[in-house]
Amino acid sequence: MYTDVVLDHFSNPRNVGTMENPDGYAKVESSACGDLMEMYIKVDDGRISDIKYRTFGCAAAIASSSIASEVIKGQPLEVAEMITDEEIIEALGGLPDIKRHCSILAASALHKALEDYYKKHAEAHSKAEV
Amino acid sequence: MASESGYIYMDHAATTAVDPRVVEAMRPYFSEKYGNPSSIHRLGVETRAAVESARATVARILNAKPSEIIFTSCGTESDNLALRGIGYSGRGKHIITTPIEHHAVGSTCEQLADVFGFSVTYLPVDEYGLVDPADVERAITEDTCLISVMYANNEVGTVEPLAEIGEIAQEEGVTLHTDAVQAAGNLSLDVEALGVDLLSLSGHKFYAPKGVGVLYVREGTELVPVQAGGGHERNLRAGTENVPYIVGLAKALELAHEGMEDNVARLTSLRDRLIAGVLDSIPDVRLTGHPTRRLANSASFVFEGIEGEAIVTHLDHAGVAASTGSACASEAEEPSFVLSAMGLRDRLAQSSLRLTLGRENTEDDVDYVLSILPGIVRNLRNLSPFYD
Repeated sequence: MYTDVVLDHFSNPRNVGTMENPDGYAKVESSACGDLMEMYIKVDDGRISDIKYRTFGCAAAIASSSIASEVIKGQPLEVAEMITDEEIIEALGGLPDIKRHCSILAASALHKALEDYYKKHAEAHSKAEV
Repeated sequence: MASESGYIYMDHAATTAVDPRVVEAMRPYFSEKYGNPSSIHRLGVETRAAVESARATVARILNAKPSEIIFTSCGTESDNLALRGIGYSGRGKHIITTPIEHHAVGSTCEQLADVFGFSVTYLPVDEYGLVDPADVERAITEDTCLISVMYANNEVGTVEPLAEIGEIAQEEGVTLHTDAVQAAGNLSLDVEALGVDLLSLSGHKFYAPKGVGVLYVREGTELVPVQAGGGHERNLRAGTENVPYIVGLAKALELAHEGMEDNVARLTSLRDRLIAGVLDSIPDVRLTGHPTRRLANSASFVFEGIEGEAIVTHLDHAGVAASTGSACASEAEEPSFVLSAMGLRDRLAQSSLRLTLGRENTEDDVDYVLSILPGIVRNLRNLSPFYD
């Protein structure tokens, strides 16, 4: 039921872990299935220089977290802001219909972590809208 | 033993492979002996004899009369016929059941309540999923038309005290149905010893094909048919008999029950090796279901901090077929309702793994699972925000 990319990221998830003093942090829970993801980001020179996460969930949730971390790492903030769950699904080569909401978890964790970063750095980024 | 492909199947509660001896028994009834059992010419007489011989075989194993055996298309149909058949008869509008039934019973009860105005009492179950027969007795009212309690649970393998409930039902004069789908080949199906009036079986759980089931209907138990039509199956299940599958089911049940004692002893020892191995080698894991009052082939667990679906996907990748619980619900995202009814909190009820053994499994299969499972659990826990 899963693509090879999903199984690869699920079996060998990238960028797993936590971070001391992150610039942005978010913990999001899926109301659909109780899956939970927490994300830590580090920002340098307007780019996401490092990202870590931990995920409680199914194979699709874990693979979505992993591929999202790869897609996001190194991106300028304004690019990261625009990443959608559709792009995560695309990068995974597709997800079964009933698992599509798992990709939303990764996208919304990212957006919430960015929100947290902007909140902490409100003076540096007057446009706090995400 | 692992199949030639090296893949180990440990999901026998979901379904089983058709036994080659069953395939052989069925083979003539596709293109050679294809008559309609209702026809009066020789081809019809031939298949009528085959169906009645199958009925006699099933009846013998259930300690019943052949006239009490109704062939259906599956366990779900048998459950529907039992519950609706009694429900529609106008004998009362109160049903007693458990919160851990298969959806075939659970959803039928819900519909009888929502659409037909029945009231349904869900008996409490303890932490092992056991029903207390005293609660059954207390729940009976003048309006009770049916008690439906499963013989053994599909997710956690707990075997219910059915014979004790049977005694109560007989004393109180209330019809008792049991979904015995997981019990065939594992437990005695003697309907007299169990004291049941209705009993459902599904062929594909005991090495017969998918698409055939049985409902035992005790003589004198009046049912309203759900499917109307010709007068097949004592007017209770209209539709031309599925001759090859009926022959296959009877053959499979015969095979399952003639070797049952040895098979159960072998599976029990494999199961206990598996359970002990998991509990010894992995921290923060719990056996679900009753430690001893459980099906010989069923081992089920919950693991702190990780999701069952992820374990099953890893096992599949490593060449082992397993399940989080009910195969019918494994695409559903909710925590197991069976585990929730047993008092497990949501997060744990999502972390279930069910391994159900069968005829072809060996000690090597069990040891292989025990060699890979601790690593899978460790890796998933490293990823989990709920496990430090």
